[in-house]
Amino acid sequence: MPHIAADRSRPDPLGGVAEEIEVRGHIIDSLLLPKILDRILQMGGTFEIKECKIGARRVDPSHARIAVSAASPEALEEILGDLVVHGAAPVAPQEVRTIEADIPGTFPDGFYSTTNERTQVRLHGKWIDVDDQEMDCGIAIDPARSSARCLAMTEVELGMPIVVGHDGVRVIPVERSREASLFGFMGSNVSSEKPKAISLKGVAKSIRETRKAGQKVLLVGGPAIVHTGSAEHVARLIREGWIQTLFAGNALATHDIEQALHGTSLGVSMTRGEPIEHGHEHHLRSINTIRRLGGIRAAVDAGVLTSGIMFESVKAGTDVVLAGSIRDDGPLPEVITDTLKAQARMREAIHGVGFALCIATALHSIATGNLLPAWVKVVCVDINPATVTKLSDRGTFQTIGLVTDVEPFLRSLAQELA
Amino acid sequence: MPSPARILMCRPDFYRIEYEINPWMHRDVDSDPAESRAQWLALRDVLTDLGAIVEEMEPAPDLPDMVFTANAGLVYHDLFLSSRFRFGVRQGETSHFDAWFSANGFRVESLPEGMYFEGAGDALFCGDTLFAGYRFRSDARSHHWLGDRLGVEVLPLELIDPRYYHLDTCFCPLGPDEAVYFPGAFDSYGQDVLKSRIPGLIEVSASEAVSFTCNAVVVGRSVVLNEAAPKLAGSLRAAGYEVHPRRLTEFIKAGGSAKCLTLRLDGEEAAAWKAPKVASRSDQSP
Repeated sequence: MPHIAADRSRPDPLGGVAEEIEVRGHIIDSLLLPKILDRILQMGGTFEIKECKIGARRVDPSHARIAVSAASPEALEEILGDLVVHGAAPVAPQEVRTIEADIPGTFPDGFYSTTNERTQVRLHGKWIDVDDQEMDCGIAIDPARSSARCLAMTEVELGMPIVVGHDGVRVIPVERSREASLFGFMGSNVSSEKPKAISLKGVAKSIRETRKAGQKVLLVGGPAIVHTGSAEHVARLIREGWIQTLFAGNALATHDIEQALHGTSLGVSMTRGEPIEHGHEHHLRSINTIRRLGGIRAAVDAGVLTSGIMFESVKAGTDVVLAGSIRDDGPLPEVITDTLKAQARMREAIHGVGFALCIATALHSIATGNLLPAWVKVVCVDINPATVTKLSDRGTFQTIGLVTDVEPFLRSLAQELA
Repeated sequence: MPSPARILMCRPDFYRIEYEINPWMHRDVDSDPAESRAQWLALRDVLTDLGAIVEEMEPAPDLPDMVFTANAGLVYHDLFLSSRFRFGVRQGETSHFDAWFSANGFRVESLPEGMYFEGAGDALFCGDTLFAGYRFRSDARSHHWLGDRLGVEVLPLELIDPRYYHLDTCFCPLGPDEAVYFPGAFDSYGQDVLKSRIPGLIEVSASEAVSFTCNAVVVGRSVVLNEAAPKLAGSLRAAGYEVHPRRLTEFIKAGGSAKCLTLRLDGEEAAAWKAPKVASRSDQSP
């Protein structure tokens, strides 16, 4: 699990970022200390007096060390700038410490382990944002470009400067208040006892806002989407431009294609709801057909695959990442069977994603949650409350859970967005 | 018999409004050289008449504000802490002032680079305490440095009205526990500090403060200040001071008046350290 800590700059429990200042002189009788504390509060910050030594005689100077917190680095900067006028001096934060990677594919001992929260490192006397924010990674510094980014253990190359310890690292948690207004339509508690229409409208609104802001919507889906007869709703969402990125496994694609080619999902007729004779062979025959044609795109180009989620994805140019698993049949040629390669592809594909809708899949949702920074909104829809809580418990705390059958949810969402 | 007051002044030979570094200065409202000279001489003469010894230093061309010697630095016994002017247009004065103080038996020291401090314009002793103004010209950091260097209590006061950009434009110690001040130039913290520390505090009204009446020179029990402050003059007389109003309008055009035109070399009347041989913790040469 990620942990959040930084020596000189630890997040305020209410969210935000802190830095220490020092005030020295006759700060008691001049009322400078009370004034500085008042200024901090007036400007929306908070403080904690870390140390205060009062001069014994009137001519002796007093000294105070104060941790100042604010909601954002910008707000903190403004407060510190004001306090400097009154004689306060920022306690110079330490520079970030790095050690060059000595073994490829591993971090040096004592490496800084990341969270999914916005993180900054102190480089050449300035706080800079860490790019590609992702939990459970390390931070590599590029001294030439004065930049920093999260990278997975496997990406480490010999000689890369890797951040160690907590000096010169600060974490800026997502503001809960802002979170509430963005996601005001529901609390984070997972429950099946919530009014669905309101939740649905909230999801639709978030998707619209994401698109309006020029960001991408990511759908992470499991095969239950097809089994429950929701493939047509997802196909519609893709066709109508609401989904730009799709993460799934071999199963979703296979059953979607099975439905398109044979009208069944796992051998069950999608129109009659009954198993069809030899229906259990349909998914394997579908995979074989696609493999014989050289892939999903080739099947669409050949006019063999003419409907469904995968068809619409090819048509719409959706960025699809299919990640394989050990129980896969086939798999389809597009399925990435090397887990690390699949992870890397997903990492690439989440750039620009502002909203993630995870539907009826535990494994792919958690995998995606691991990659997403905390400021990307995540809604998890599943019939099983355990799936939703699991996602939150693995660190993707920003997840909003909706416990519901996926078919009516997707049907209504497609209608709402139409 | 107390030794006579010693005051440094600089003739207004090159005094002009050549730039604008405070709300009073307007280049299109230049000073009249003849009138400036007359007002300056009248001030010098009244101080001499009051028994002060006025030392005159040579003015320098292109440094019009050298006439305001109060800003040269801070005098403490035989130590001269040279100012670090906020604005480049005045920084050239420093070498002239340093040379004069060096030649006249003072030890000359400068504040660390990066600090701003404008001498007796922003730092005035009242009793044992050095009251210091910050924000527009001096910074609070320099005040803390002064406290350490001199081993005295320094109380920084924030100035909140740009018209009263130096402490000596809104605060004038008369004696070790007596001073004149304009409350509107300070925030509530500063007002509270002054009220709690100076028992005999005489308030100046906004209408009189604006004619620079706080910028007064105190010699013994006499106060020389700009005219046009009948209420303050009354208060001062009631407190037992002799009042000598003078016309100083030419210098108000640059944001200065009587006090700005002078620098006390033997310690202000209100400075406890100047009192001869009274046992006091701060009565030691640093």
